[in-house]
Amino acid sequence: MKRSRIGSWIAIVVGALYFLVPLIGTFEFSLRLRRGEYSFEAYEIVLADPRFQASFLYSTVLALATIVVGVLLVLPTAYWIQLRLPRLRPIVEFITLLPLVIPAIVLVFGYLRIYNSSSWLPLTGSERTTDLLLMCSYVTLALPYMYRAIETGLRAIDVRTLTEAAESLGANWPTIMFRVIFPNVRVAVLSGAFLTFAIVIGEFTMASLLDRPAFGPYLQLIGANRAYEPAALAIIAFIVTWACMGLIQVFGRGARGSTPDTR
Amino acid sequence: MAFLEIDNLRKAFGAQTVVQNFDLPVERGEFISFLGPSGCGKTTTLRMVAGFETPSSGAIRIDGREVTRLRPNQRNVGMVFQSYALFPNMTVAGNVGFGLRVANRPTAEIAARVEEMLKLIKLPALGGRYPYQLSGGQQQRVALARALAIKPQVLLLDEPLSALDAKIRVALREEIRNVQRNLGITTIYVTHDQEEALSMSDRIVVMNEGRIEQIGTPFEIYNFPRTRFVASFVGTLNILRGRVTDPAGGRIAIDDQEISAARGIVDAQAGETRSVALRPEAVSLDDVDGAHNKMQGTIEEVSFLGAIVRIRVRFRENAISLDTFNDPGIAPPQRGQPATVGFAREDLLVLEGAETS
Repeated sequence: MKRSRIGSWIAIVVGALYFLVPLIGTFEFSLRLRRGEYSFEAYEIVLADPRFQASFLYSTVLALATIVVGVLLVLPTAYWIQLRLPRLRPIVEFITLLPLVIPAIVLVFGYLRIYNSSSWLPLTGSERTTDLLLMCSYVTLALPYMYRAIETGLRAIDVRTLTEAAESLGANWPTIMFRVIFPNVRVAVLSGAFLTFAIVIGEFTMASLLDRPAFGPYLQLIGANRAYEPAALAIIAFIVTWACMGLIQVFGRGARGSTPDTR
Repeated sequence: MAFLEIDNLRKAFGAQTVVQNFDLPVERGEFISFLGPSGCGKTTTLRMVAGFETPSSGAIRIDGREVTRLRPNQRNVGMVFQSYALFPNMTVAGNVGFGLRVANRPTAEIAARVEEMLKLIKLPALGGRYPYQLSGGQQQRVALARALAIKPQVLLLDEPLSALDAKIRVALREEIRNVQRNLGITTIYVTHDQEEALSMSDRIVVMNEGRIEQIGTPFEIYNFPRTRFVASFVGTLNILRGRVTDPAGGRIAIDDQEISAARGIVDAQAGETRSVALRPEAVSLDDVDGAHNKMQGTIEEVSFLGAIVRIRVRFRENAISLDTFNDPGIAPPQRGQPATVGFAREDLLVLEGAETS
């Protein structure tokens, strides 16, 4: 018994070191901009950079749009699969896993071939339509995570009986979706939303190839031209991602404490 | 014309027919139970009345209006589910008022109706609680209030007490029946528990394998079962197999001991094997002077159950179980003791159909 516990602890320590040492190194490096002393000057420069603010804002807005479209697409689909078409579940699950398998660069080249300025639907013809195309590509990238999160949330409630109860009380489908189903999978939707936000904020390939002023290309640009600021940006990006994960835990724990047991 | 008419209803899933030839007129204010074993089609029939299943053929009419193809939200029927199905994101008041909010009723009207319903189910102070903060019995009462708040034409209950423990079941079924009587609402209640059906219903529909076996009052179903299935499913029954000796006189030999029924044995020939049935409460032990039918046997088993002593008497191939009240002044009989059982001719039920011996 003791031997296996020591083994577990060794594994945890090695894993933690493997993860933390480069992070600590990056953080330490980011504090060295001012020679001879540690300072947050690299962070000040980054946060004061108008391009940082613009690209972060752009990616945030795009992330929010991606989340809204993703939820509107995935929630009714997952609900309908669970309620009426359970046989299609394996097919839908396979489709939602495709973005994990197909590299982002292949996806974006596909978009450019289909939606270039000389095609039947020239979405790359203007900035706004390119933004729309980028948002759709983010919805695709985030699909595996959003679908899994929402489907898990739907499995935790008795979708069929709640739907029938609402219907017997006179509710139509939009009422059922927005007043009964959505409020009861809110936590799952938020989990998917935070995962989507973390993905969009850090995404580089699609934003770069579609030439949009997103946060990912900005990170790459700073990394190619500066020394200490990229380290600071990397730490900021990690903090944003960890904040998203932390919020998922907070909302998930809070919901578990108040989740009713109607069984 | 009946208030609720279920007319030659049939439901098939692929090649399997799960409900067939279902005809039932229900009067306004009646409490009807669908009683039967699991898989007999009672819930499927209820769901067709609710609109959650579409009949393969047949018709359903409520107060003269054809509702067979209408969606559930167009029928104005209230439904109470086995799993309560309260909306976890809403308070008790929110749940009860949900149907009224969907119907865009004024806020004041909703509040008044919710208060009225909470008083009806004796939970006036729990409007602000969430379902997870309630016991199972409380949740089911809230589910009942929610279904009644919209003033449905028909109330449907699908085994609403199955998930509750025995004591709460007994208390709650009386409450449900009282509420139903006070409101005079036409009700269909699905259960596999015969005690629930017998104690609550104006009439019982006994179902088996998708068909109606018998419709009648609890008294009729229990005392005059028309088929072997009804006789054995409702209440405890002793089934005795023997040879018919006098069909017209209703005489049959059970293990070479001749007994007789009050009526003749229909469509039977002498020498055929038939089954007869006897309720345990109709049988007396040893004090048999007044009994028309007497049979000699041996005590095979004695079970002391507190207020009741259950005794099984073995003849040869057949046995009879009977219940006697515990009497502290009289010791229960011993196994192996000879015994005489007696019962009236009227208590012997002849079950339909000849059997191969």
